[in-house]
Amino acid sequence: MTTDQAAERATTPDVGEASLAATLPALRAAFPGAVVRAMVGNHQAVICVAPAQAHAVLAWLRDDPGQRFNYLTDVTCVEHRDPELPFEIVYQLRSLDRKADLRVKILLDPDGPLRVETVFDLWAGADWLEREAWDMFGVVFVHHPDLRRILMWETYSEGHPLRKSFPLRGRWSRSEQTRQALADNPEAQYSLEELSISEAYRALPKDMVERLAAHPREQAT
Amino acid sequence: MGLTTDVNPEPDQRELDQISPNWITTRLDFLANWSRSNSLWPMPFGTACCAIEFMATAASRYDISRFGMERMSYSPRQADVLICAGRLPFKLAPVIRRIWDQMPQPKWAISMGACASTGGIFDTYAMVQGIDTIIPVDVYVPGCPPRPEGLLYGILMLHKKIMGESLADPTLRVEHLMGPDGLFRRPEAIDEVSEPFGNSVHQTRSA
Ligand code: SF4
Repeated sequence: MTTDQAAERATTPDVGEASLAATLPALRAAFPGAVVRAMVGNHQAVICVAPAQAHAVLAWLRDDPGQRFNYLTDVTCVEHRDPELPFEIVYQLRSLDRKADLRVKILLDPDGPLRVETVFDLWAGADWLEREAWDMFGVVFVHHPDLRRILMWETYSEGHPLRKSFPLRGRWSRSEQTRQALADNPEAQYSLEELSISEAYRALPKDMVERLAAHPREQAT
Repeated sequence: MGLTTDVNPEPDQRELDQISPNWITTRLDFLANWSRSNSLWPMPFGTACCAIEFMATAASRYDISRFGMERMSYSPRQADVLICAGRLPFKLAPVIRRIWDQMPQPKWAISMGACASTGGIFDTYAMVQGIDTIIPVDVYVPGCPPRPEGLLYGILMLHKKIMGESLADPTLRVEHLMGPDGLFRRPEAIDEVSEPFGNSVHQTRSA
């Protein structure tokens, strides 16, 4: 790195700091008491919010004209080995217009019930992300329209594999695991009906529906 | 090379007329095995990184069409050899079993790579510890991943195995069906071959 570059780097504001400065004061004003903690780590703005207000805060972050976080990059969880530390549900948000990132965390008691409100109504892309978080960590996303396992098969009976209490090799013996896996009938749960065209038709963008309507033969019933 | 020099370079036309090129004598076993081993249509079951090496084997540099295998059979019903290239998660166990059951006899299986053969480094809740707990395997190709040469060597070993088969052997083409307990092998056998080994013995079941 040349000295010029180093100097430039020292004077450019940190993207995390900038993102936090753009969001935190407005968020505190809109939801007094909702922010539990806010920090910047690795150039990434992180805001921890109280579980009760999380859904309202996330809706505000999406809709407020000053925020416009219109893209949900990821939903995932963090469980720490230290039992004192809370269980985290992580929403990685991005504003495509403002080119800003924000990480929102909900901190839960690891021993309590892991339940949060779904954000499927805010970002439709949360569907599979939340299903994965349910499958791997056992977090219940209340009001999720279709909270089923997504990585493990649906009759999987050993629990939620990414929890710290889950044994690495699983709970049953290898022969029992093999027996249960072979007994699974994939067609029973993963069928073409799941990808039914008629259902997808309703979710298509309006202009596409109009174009398809011009060819009635291809239109789904 | 092995050319003999004392052959008359211009054989008598009458001699040639007596040798009809339209028939040969051979053993039926040899003929059947020869034709089977030289037209093994693979059913590629590529699940992970090993499949990349499998693709390299199929592509022009290593070119398995030299062995009559260029026709990848994506339908199990027209396949002769199942090549499991990559790790097999439990979720895919019923799938590979179904494909194996759909393949008509005669059929063979190659387990390509450490993961397919033993579970490899993935001694975890999600991974089948060797596909031989699900289907019978003829040739194991070691490596992570095996180089194309390795897979070709395994294919040549399979050729050798096929050349040693006999049509008169009634045990050869028997379907290995699932047992009444829903398993292909005895549960003790599965548990035994799935025992941790190497570094993974340091992992306890509880943590
Ligand atoms: S043996 Fe190695 S290369 Fe092959 S699937 Fe396993 S990890 Fe990948």
